[in-house]
Amino acid sequence: MSDETVGSETPKRTAGAFDVRLVIALLIGVYGIVLTVLGLGFTSDADLAKADGLNINLVAGIGMLVFTALFLLWVKLRPLRVPVTDEDAEESDSASSQQS
Amino acid sequence: MTVLAQDLRLDANAIDYLLLAFYFALVLGIGYLARKQVSSSLDFFLSGRSLPAWVTGLAFVAANLGAIEVMGMSANGAQYGLPTVHYFWIGAIPAMLFLAIVMMPFYYGSKVRSVPEFMLRRFGKPAHLVNGLSFALAQILIAGANLFLLASVVNLLLGWPIWVSIILAAVIVLAYTALGGLSAAIYNEVLQFFVIVAALLPLTLVGLHKVGGWEGLVEQVTNGPGGEEQLSSWPGNQLTGFGDNFLSVLGIVFGLGFVLSFGYWTTNFVEVQRAMASKSMSAAQRTPIIGAFPKMLVPFIVIIPGMIAGVSVTELAGENKAALMAGDPAPSGATFNDALLLLMRDLLPNGMLGIAIAGLLASFMAGMAANISSFNTVFTYDIWQAYVKKGRSDEYYLRTGRVVTACATILAIGTAFIASTYANLMDYLQQLFSFFNAPLFATFILGMFWKRMTPTAGWTGLVAGTLSAFAVFGLAETGVWDLPGQGASFVGAGAAFVVDIVVSVVVTMVTQPKPEPQLVGLVYSLTPKEQLKRSTVGEDAGWYRNPGLLAGIVLVLTIVLNIIF
Repeated sequence: MSDETVGSETPKRTAGAFDVRLVIALLIGVYGIVLTVLGLGFTSDADLAKADGLNINLVAGIGMLVFTALFLLWVKLRPLRVPVTDEDAEESDSASSQQS
Repeated sequence: MTVLAQDLRLDANAIDYLLLAFYFALVLGIGYLARKQVSSSLDFFLSGRSLPAWVTGLAFVAANLGAIEVMGMSANGAQYGLPTVHYFWIGAIPAMLFLAIVMMPFYYGSKVRSVPEFMLRRFGKPAHLVNGLSFALAQILIAGANLFLLASVVNLLLGWPIWVSIILAAVIVLAYTALGGLSAAIYNEVLQFFVIVAALLPLTLVGLHKVGGWEGLVEQVTNGPGGEEQLSSWPGNQLTGFGDNFLSVLGIVFGLGFVLSFGYWTTNFVEVQRAMASKSMSAAQRTPIIGAFPKMLVPFIVIIPGMIAGVSVTELAGENKAALMAGDPAPSGATFNDALLLLMRDLLPNGMLGIAIAGLLASFMAGMAANISSFNTVFTYDIWQAYVKKGRSDEYYLRTGRVVTACATILAIGTAFIASTYANLMDYLQQLFSFFNAPLFATFILGMFWKRMTPTAGWTGLVAGTLSAFAVFGLAETGVWDLPGQGASFVGAGAAFVVDIVVSVVVTMVTQPKPEPQLVGLVYSLTPKEQLKRSTVGEDAGWYRNPGLLAGIVLVLTIVLNIIF
């Protein structure tokens, strides 16, 4: 399921063509990596005492990485298509553009 | 926020600043990317009506998840406990569903570009102008308040001077809204939503861990000054101030749940604009419903941290909480408004701290960008194009939109300094809603369901309603009528609603209605059923995209939540 709907007729509109899901995944992913590294290597005992023994950087970091992975999976499974004209959109099968 | 600045100064280090900077880089990047898609004024103001429902749905919530929501509701959580959830489950969900199912077909189906434009089609020019001007004024005032709150938090947390933060935040919001228009604002709202969750969810978890889990929280709240009552949502006597259980429930359901919340959610163009930007009728209807799912869960990451702060933060717990609840200043000098900030200071290590600050700033900017982007739509379409420079090219209005965005931002900097002179900004904002939203809702409901209602009734009702809210405000301010802070805006909203209805009905009786053919698509009884239908094929197919069914699911979940808590 790549881009067969785009080829036939040139798309009239390009709005929505950049995928905000990738930006979200980028942000949360980078946050996740930084937090995980901080949590693994740079957590002092004072930091731990603050949160009553819970290494929140590590936990939140891993949580964010899992979230990023799920988001990337969504992008992979339901890739964004450039919207075509209304008539074309009707014809294209149910695997069309993005999740709603 | 009256705690001494140094008590709240967060110990942010280079990593925190780096995480913060990365977020802002992406915000501007979205503005730049969205710019490429803007080729007409409809792209700029309504995102070319092309966005998928999950994007507009999350933006719908994020636009509302601004300063008032995050800081105010955690403060309420610390003060009142669980009854605060009524602001979400009673005060928002039913109105959001009503907007989706009943009103959206008119908004989206009539292809108007703004709420004032709907007024123009239904009631003609005077009502249009009144609504357009009052909306534009309200947005600038609210944007300024958001901007000031943002700056004062940055000042408290990081020690930057207020005016530096005001201008810096204004420039960032301006950069992305002027470049990418509504798309940039909406995409950023979606991003903001995730950052806010990424900030508050870990804070909630670590807070719960600290107080010994849910049981620990229950135990400590029960033994605290608020007592057991703060752990169940009904009847919420502390929240409403009514001693009688029945009156309290009645007050929550009709006061909060009907007049205030329906007025806000169904006629506020800031919200409705997000749904109008979606790509089909079905998607427009789904926007508020998809928004309702996270809205249902937001209390858990906003109110619960507030409750945790109320029992675990030294400055807010024990005798301090007791004093604050009695209406006296706490011995520590803290107020409930500081709940979230104090909790962050106590619990979060560097790293998570930077993300939490990013989340807070994101929520303030979400509010302001939403105000600015809806202001420039209304100003350009409903004031400039309709009354000042008619019939120019689309390119001209697109350029106007960008210039107006810049002017709005400068005006908001001005109103931010006005807002800085008010002691309690939450009351100030509630007050504005009672002036503008309550009468608008009354006029809308009458106009949509009563075809006889005349154009003259449309604008006189609005003006009379707004004036009566002003009058209540004046009486309360001068002390003639003794009403506590939130009470004045509630009575004001009620008065505006009732006066608007009465005036509209009376004026309608003596003036000439619009001919019926002109009202097709605008009034319920004159609109053919097909016109209100959404498509159910292609991208709108499937039971999980059926607005009615989704709304039912939301309703059932809300009722379940009300029973549990």
